[in-house]
Amino acid sequence: MTDHHSDIDSVSGKSTTGHQWDGIKELNTPLPRWWVISFYLTIIWSIGYWIVYPAWPLISSHTTGLLGYSTRASLAVELANLETLRGEKMAALAAAPLADIEKDPALLALARAKGRTVFGDNCAPCHGSGGAGAKGFPNLNDDDWLWGGTLEQIMQTIQFGARSGHAKTHEGQMLAFGKDGVLKPDEIVTVANYVRSLSGLPTRNGYDAAKGEKIFTENCVACHGDGGKGNQEMGAPNLTDKIWLYGSDEATLIETISQGRAGVMPAWEGRLDPATIKAMAVYVHSLGGGK
Amino acid sequence: MNKTVNPNELTSDDDYGPLYAAHKKVYPQSTSGTFRRIKWGLMAFCLGVYYFLPFVRWNRGLGAPSQAVLIDLPNSRFYFFFIELWPQEVYYFTGLLIVAAVALFLMNSVGGRIWCGYLCPQTVWTDLFYAVERFVEGDRRERMKKDKSSGLTPRRVFEIALKHSIWLMIAWWTGGAWVLYFSDAPTLVKELLTFQAPMVAYIWIGILTATTYVLAGYMREQVCTYMCPWPRIQAALTDEWALNVTYRYDRGEKRTSVKKAAELRALGEHVGDCVDCYQCVAVCPTGIDIRNGPQLECIQCGLCIDACDNVMTKIGRPTRLIGYDNDINIQRRQEGKAPIYRIVRPRTIVYSAIIAAVGGIMLYTLAMRSLLDVNVLHDRNPVAVKLSDGSIRNAYTVRLLNKSGYDRVIAIDADGPVNATIHVVGVDSVTPDRPMIVIPRDATSELRLLVTAPAESNPEKSIPVRFHVTDIGLGEAASTTDNFVSP
Repeated sequence: MTDHHSDIDSVSGKSTTGHQWDGIKELNTPLPRWWVISFYLTIIWSIGYWIVYPAWPLISSHTTGLLGYSTRASLAVELANLETLRGEKMAALAAAPLADIEKDPALLALARAKGRTVFGDNCAPCHGSGGAGAKGFPNLNDDDWLWGGTLEQIMQTIQFGARSGHAKTHEGQMLAFGKDGVLKPDEIVTVANYVRSLSGLPTRNGYDAAKGEKIFTENCVACHGDGGKGNQEMGAPNLTDKIWLYGSDEATLIETISQGRAGVMPAWEGRLDPATIKAMAVYVHSLGGGK
Repeated sequence: MNKTVNPNELTSDDDYGPLYAAHKKVYPQSTSGTFRRIKWGLMAFCLGVYYFLPFVRWNRGLGAPSQAVLIDLPNSRFYFFFIELWPQEVYYFTGLLIVAAVALFLMNSVGGRIWCGYLCPQTVWTDLFYAVERFVEGDRRERMKKDKSSGLTPRRVFEIALKHSIWLMIAWWTGGAWVLYFSDAPTLVKELLTFQAPMVAYIWIGILTATTYVLAGYMREQVCTYMCPWPRIQAALTDEWALNVTYRYDRGEKRTSVKKAAELRALGEHVGDCVDCYQCVAVCPTGIDIRNGPQLECIQCGLCIDACDNVMTKIGRPTRLIGYDNDINIQRRQEGKAPIYRIVRPRTIVYSAIIAAVGGIMLYTLAMRSLLDVNVLHDRNPVAVKLSDGSIRNAYTVRLLNKSGYDRVIAIDADGPVNATIHVVGVDSVTPDRPMIVIPRDATSELRLLVTAPAESNPEKSIPVRFHVTDIGLGEAASTTDNFVSP
């Protein structure tokens, strides 16, 4: 830019702004007046926002604006509206007999949607998202249930938990046969191999099946039942199936028999409302393993 | 319009001219002729379609909307005569937009700004508002005179009030027709008239009344010149063969009055056909002089052609001193060669081919479109479940779509692992191995589907499984593939 001399461009006949770069001059192309006025009006309009909406930060808060608008408050209103909208449907869910929910597609969809959300918030930390389970935390998709897999039984377990301290909780635990000195180490190895044989797993060489059966009958049948078929009253698992909560290898079985097992499931009654517990029971039941 | 600044107005080195230009009001004069007739016809057609289409009925059966063109936002459906589109089929609109854009390019390479001059809503409504203005206040000269005189006679007050009332009525009707595309038109009209329509309807009518009134009544050519991107894009897309409204300066120059031309021609001197009557400027709705060559502001409405033809006919000279032409032909005529017109050239062939291809694909997919569809989503966690007897189960979320106007009974089959059984949660079917589901008309239905395979039947980690859904009444079928996974 060499000078500010405004002149007339010989080609277009228009005035220039006086700006020039390497001999290229900038033409003065004035904006239409309505455009300029609109531009100033938008600036004035924006001042209105400062007045009616929250705008300026203060030391410990901010200007709230004449409308008292806040995104948090409007979110709260929307959430409250949502609750009202859901209210009727959740009331229908709360009123419906447990067994009828799966027969009504609309109620089933609602219970599954609600159950899935609540499951993610409360159950997934132990049981995994989707109820896949982990070592010591049962897979809820399979057909093997410690405390029973009917809708009522699932709901009861959710309500009161297992070894949760609740008055109505499921009780019963695997004793520590080794730690408490009930069985000697070699007896534990023998009975562990016997338990493996119940579900068709291979046993170690030189293991005495008759001795194993004798130990099992004396110590284990009380809870696990004849032939190790399990007992849902006591949460004693079926030892003849393919599903193992802690593991089916010999070392894990020896550990289980020696140290005992007593996994805890919290009671949800009082923490979740009855309709939500119902929805969750339906959800868990519908994962695929429900009886 | 940008005014050229008189150098005498620049008083000092710091004076860069005016920062903004005052709006110069345009007073287009009425004219008649071929292009005016085309414009009236297209205006009647476009406005007729726009205002009356919502009232056209189309029978889709009981419980379905009976409006031929309806955008049903609450239920996420778009109805167009025999077509009903769901939100996931929004790609049809992408195709439509591609066709529309390329059609615009094609028009442009054949005849310049055909869209701007004849079909653009801004042009159509501005033309209508000018017609009202002319009807109430008179033609160009009268309107200029009335605007200049400051006296407000009762008659003048009446005229102004009448003009704005008619404008507002048209604008209101325009906004009113808009909302009718979003709800059952006869019902909504009844509700609007009895003030029982939803607030949002009144708000939209208000907004569109205001925009129509302001854009067609006041902004007019300013919209085309300053607000619309198309003039800029159009200038970049055009080529030397495209026909544009052109002043044939080879024939028009040098401009000479009729009387003087006769004298000069008698002396054997060359004079042009343009008599400098300014009729082309008087009728121009954007207030430009077409004789200055192609300009950004020119919407190519062809009214200057009509105006000039009328003058040429009157003075007994050949018409089309202004016409659809290009610079190539002007130069050819100056060189004494015959003009050539190339409508068919690579550019127009390619544009036509694109339109045909995209349009063809759209029509094909629309015709082949299935009214029954199935989507399957495999459970992510757990991907596979081992059951107590050692068999493997996979769970899937199945979404069935019934796009037809009647309820369907659907049977589901899975074709995957040997001896696999399938079960739908919550469905106690009479045929346990072949679940049957009822899907209501025009609805989707989400199901949890379990596939269980005996332990020995699935040696591989993952095998494909095909889900078939069959309408057991009509035999229509759809299928999709997913995988069956072992832990």
